[in-house]
Amino acid sequence: MKTLVRLAQLLAALSPLPALADYKWNFPEPVTPIARDTLHIHNEFMLIITALFLVVFAIMIYSMVKHRKSLGHQPAKFTGPTGRIQWFWAFVPFAILLFIDFVLMGIPAVHAIIDMEDTKNKADMVLKVTGMQWKWQYEYPEAGVKFISTLSTPREQIENKAAKGEHYLLEVDNPVVLPVGKKVRVLLTSTDVIHTWWVPQFGVKRDAIPGFLRETWVKIEKPGIYRGQCAELCGKDHGYMPVEVHAVPEPEYLAWLDKKKSEQAAAAGGADRAWSKDELLAKGKEVYEKQCAVCHQPEGQGLPPAFPALKGSKIVNGPLLSPAGKIIADSHVDRVMNGKAGTAMQAFKNTLSDVELASVITFERNALGNSKGDMIQPAQIKSLR
Amino acid sequence: MSVATTTVPGHAGEHHGEHHPAGILRWLTTTNHKDIGTMYLTFALTMFFVGGAMILAVRAELWQPGLQLMKPEFFNQLIGIHALVMIFAALMPAATGFANWQIPLMIGAPDMALPRVNNWGFWLLPPAAILLTLPFTLALFGIGDGALATGWTFYAPLSVQGGLGVDFAIFAVHILGVSSILGSINIIVTIFNMRAPGMTMMKLPLFAWGWLITAFLLIATIPVLAGAVTMLLTDRHFGTHFFDAAGGGDPILFQHLFWFFGHPEVYILLLPVWGLMPHVLATFSRKPIYGYKAQVYGFIGIGVLSVIVWAHHFFTVGMPVPALIYFMFSTMAISLPLAVLFFCWIATMWKGAMSFETPMLFATGFIVLFGIAGLTGLVLADVAADAQYHHSYFVVAHFHYALFAGGIMGVMTGVYYWLPKWTGHMYDEKLGKWHFWLTVVSFNLTFIPQFFLGLAGMPRRIPDYALQFTEFNMISTVAAFILGLSQLLFAYNIWKCVKGGPKASDKVWEGAEGLEWQLPSPPPYHSWETQPVVK
Repeated sequence: MKTLVRLAQLLAALSPLPALADYKWNFPEPVTPIARDTLHIHNEFMLIITALFLVVFAIMIYSMVKHRKSLGHQPAKFTGPTGRIQWFWAFVPFAILLFIDFVLMGIPAVHAIIDMEDTKNKADMVLKVTGMQWKWQYEYPEAGVKFISTLSTPREQIENKAAKGEHYLLEVDNPVVLPVGKKVRVLLTSTDVIHTWWVPQFGVKRDAIPGFLRETWVKIEKPGIYRGQCAELCGKDHGYMPVEVHAVPEPEYLAWLDKKKSEQAAAAGGADRAWSKDELLAKGKEVYEKQCAVCHQPEGQGLPPAFPALKGSKIVNGPLLSPAGKIIADSHVDRVMNGKAGTAMQAFKNTLSDVELASVITFERNALGNSKGDMIQPAQIKSLR
Repeated sequence: MSVATTTVPGHAGEHHGEHHPAGILRWLTTTNHKDIGTMYLTFALTMFFVGGAMILAVRAELWQPGLQLMKPEFFNQLIGIHALVMIFAALMPAATGFANWQIPLMIGAPDMALPRVNNWGFWLLPPAAILLTLPFTLALFGIGDGALATGWTFYAPLSVQGGLGVDFAIFAVHILGVSSILGSINIIVTIFNMRAPGMTMMKLPLFAWGWLITAFLLIATIPVLAGAVTMLLTDRHFGTHFFDAAGGGDPILFQHLFWFFGHPEVYILLLPVWGLMPHVLATFSRKPIYGYKAQVYGFIGIGVLSVIVWAHHFFTVGMPVPALIYFMFSTMAISLPLAVLFFCWIATMWKGAMSFETPMLFATGFIVLFGIAGLTGLVLADVAADAQYHHSYFVVAHFHYALFAGGIMGVMTGVYYWLPKWTGHMYDEKLGKWHFWLTVVSFNLTFIPQFFLGLAGMPRRIPDYALQFTEFNMISTVAAFILGLSQLLFAYNIWKCVKGGPKASDKVWEGAEGLEWQLPSPPPYHSWETQPVVK
């Protein structure tokens, strides 16, 4: 691989393209034991297959040059090995291949697999990752901290109306923070379709499967910001659900965790007081733009038939709650809280707070061309859960 | 193989007439293996351009970061339909076209064993192709939300969520599957029952052997795919929960079922080409095929192994360690019979008297590039490294080396090799060489950058990407357009050859061996009415 890299660098130096310095020829720098293992194995394998390639095709190309009709070469007549010595030599390449497959490549691979799947031994903490269309939710079960992380690249950059930033498509609003040097057991699941959590520098790629828990682990050795993406086609915005991990020293991590906890407590506390309609509308707009606008569009016109319009929608303009204050089946509140099976509309009661739910429902009923005039309080949502 | 014919080869003097209706009715009602072969090949070439146009639109979108030409929803439709069209409507029909034309000629049979089944097998294809592509058109009129947008793999639950296009694709797959099974039964029956007297199984041309294994694989695995997509259909519309954990199902079950078909499918596409290669190499090396028996056993070995390795397509779903190790080692084992084939191909060339007409150029290009597919496949089998390669552009590059260089370039080899026999005219050699060199250079320039993109961490199936991937994507896009446009030369060369050109001799190639070369070029409408005797 080294020779390959050198060859590549040589080619790069000779090429007239100016941006070549940015080219990446191999895995990005590994920062976990798994990633180092993987890179090591990959480099070894690349060397092996390059050698195999060169040897085999050198023989073939030699033959193509020497054994030509135009050079007057007379064709031989053999159709297989004859005699013990020829049979022996015919088997040598296969013996070598067998050795390469199951010893040279196989043994390090088995060790790496066992290491990769060893998620439980001496794990210091758990991070639960939930994939959903098209964002990630991170949960620290021991600390009770839970938040959603969505793409923060502005729409204008994607639509080529603004210059693209350095971390275009690889930046989020709420990055996940992990302590350096701790073995983190990562549990993965999904609320809708299959997603894949991938950070190349961790050497970790694992599917998040709805209804099941899968696991992997990371032990980040170096502080820094590490970026990755969803790797399994998960619908329309598959290309727009990045992963951003901030690896920090433990004290910094603990401070961050405390801050998150108090933020969350403040948000939950908000559910117990009465909110004014203007407050709900302002908060609702914010939530709508982050959570709903991807599918239902910023103006609420939707992308029918997959993503219905909210503007003038029968459901949004239907009754809020039953006279007894309960959820009406297939009503606006029901849809937002419980989702719709078999579609991308997920049960938002699992991911949004009472305040967020109340405000976004109120917003949708009184904006986007709708004017129902009614509102729902966070406390009501709390009692409906 | 030494052949003694008891009569004038094939062309029985008393049958001048090609008893068939004229015009469109001829093609609709034909039961003649040559007509049906021609229809398969024409259909395949047409769909090759349809699938190619789709992916050029994708490459144009990937020219630079940002969304320029299309919305992500449409992008997702293009990539999946491109794959389905290329696999089911271009590569498979092309191989079936070869089988129809060549197997009767090569084994000394007057036609396929089941001519009416043969006709139906072909005429199922156009409706299936229409079903696959119609949702695009319907979406233009506001019906449904376009074609299948899940990639060609239909993974549940994304496909349960999808629109009308998924149902269309499911029915298309059903029809394509029926067509493939009919074709396979016909080929098996023909090979088992209609070989010329004296042609034992171990004298069967390797092309027929390759197809025989393909046919068995199709019959074994297509029903599994049909079952899986039917379960998907009932999940979508009739409330079953095969792939929904909430009802006791499992989304990963779908992946197991799909790839139980999907992995053998790779060999289904490649075995006919592997069967064809030794004939071409021997012809242009003017030397007999090396290791005939070894290649037959290699085909059988690969056929058997191919149905027990499927889970290497989804190592990242999270499997128990023993399963990972089993699927890794069984996958690596395929490299051994495959190495037998490479060994025999090169040994067939060794010490021959080679000349490099277009078919030989494509054959040698195939060996080298398919070698890259095989070697990268070997490292992909490794679970540890696969965690990085999987779902990335590394995989995209790998399987295009397998299916474009291994599959489509193999088909091109066959077309140039047999076209003079079929049409009675030589194709334009100069144009053929241009086609080869343009194809090989632009193919590599398209896909080598994708290996590096994958290593650097670019996921596949994304319509937009981070800035660090820009340069490689630009190279890939430019090369892809050259690759696509070069194929127009191929179509033009075929057209020119069908229309006219220097007369081809019966043997066509100096070193050609086998029954088909004893017939006139082009062979009469009804050939081998009296079977030749093979000694």
